[in-house]
Amino acid sequence: MQIIISNSSKEPIYEQIANQVKSAILTGELQEGAAIPSMRKLAKDLQISVITTKRAYEELEKSGFIYSIVGKGSFVAEQNLEVIREKKLNVIEEQLNAVITNSKEIGLSLDELQQLMKILYEE
Amino acid sequence: MGNVVELKNVTKKFKGFAVEDMDLQIKQGFVTGFMGENGAGKSTTIKMMLNLLQPDAGEVKVFGLDYTTHEKVIKERIGFVYDGNVFFEGLNLKDIKRIVAPAYERWDDKLFHKYIEQFDLPLNKAMKTFSKGMQMKASLAIALSHHAELIILDEPTAGLDPIFRRELLDLLQELMVDGNRTIFFSTHITSDLDRIADYLAFIHKGDLIFNQSVHDVAENYALVKGKLDLLDRDTEKAFVHIRRASTGFEALTDNSNDVKQIFGDNVVIERASLEDIMYYLKGGIHHG
Repeated sequence: MQIIISNSSKEPIYEQIANQVKSAILTGELQEGAAIPSMRKLAKDLQISVITTKRAYEELEKSGFIYSIVGKGSFVAEQNLEVIREKKLNVIEEQLNAVITNSKEIGLSLDELQQLMKILYEE
Repeated sequence: MGNVVELKNVTKKFKGFAVEDMDLQIKQGFVTGFMGENGAGKSTTIKMMLNLLQPDAGEVKVFGLDYTTHEKVIKERIGFVYDGNVFFEGLNLKDIKRIVAPAYERWDDKLFHKYIEQFDLPLNKAMKTFSKGMQMKASLAIALSHHAELIILDEPTAGLDPIFRRELLDLLQELMVDGNRTIFFSTHITSDLDRIADYLAFIHKGDLIFNQSVHDVAENYALVKGKLDLLDRDTEKAFVHIRRASTGFEALTDNSNDVKQIFGDNVVIERASLEDIMYYLKGGIHHG
């Protein structure tokens, strides 16, 4: 598992770790049931404090991405892909609604908006 | 997980200096950094944890045990590293090992030789020929070779070069992969703590100012910068210390959420480094 942390980023280090593990799971790079390093091992490898990796793992556990078994370690949880997809779709819908509201405010037509979207999507 | 060390209402008075009414807990399985300026009482506190000094009042418990009844059991489980050479300087490492090893039931000769090799130390040369870095490595090898659960280091990085300091931090991190181990580490070099500390205990003039996780410290403490006209008797209460200049003020807060509510976008709020915190707290905490 490769994780790159930036010390100069505004995003706290535990969030950087949690987000990178999440995206590795969502893209399928980390498969269901795969073992991930213990938080102590990860802290050593990243040269950061244990409490930071602990917090990252706690966040990942809370949001259901990983689970831990005492004495055995942490593993990628069974992902209900449909649920994840649905969650993402909800977010996209919300964001698109905001786009539509903004477009209407300046009189942008659906055609124009679709064209804009097409250009951005293919970038 | 519980506390490995518990100090309750501990008081120790000297002429002109005192540690008074100190409550300090050290969490098992983590690294606690013990920071404070020179003379703040770090070594006095550590000596009481090791029973090298007895408090005038209060209670010291290590592994939940009392020194008066369990001194040997407690010491068996502690590894102590002190700034400087504590061994007789005419002795070599082989002699020192011969003296120290029988004191510990769990002394591990293999482990000792592993460290000697890793640190590249000569066994047959007198300690007085060792450089400061080598002396520190020798102390570490001796302290780590009996599978101690609690490792106490008093200013281990003082006077050492940056390369050795980093090697030491690597070694300590390696030790922490074992979840039962606890490290208590006093220093006034705050950059050492940035990397490995899980909890920070800050002592100032014999008082424990705080003992919080590094996340709590980062969330609570902040540097705030703004224009002078924002300050009045009420708003000043949000800060522990304010530095005024003709260009504006810079202040330390221990409650950054309060500051956000009071000043909103009118001030710049930045993360306070441990050095900032130490510097601004040198006058102690007194709001407003």
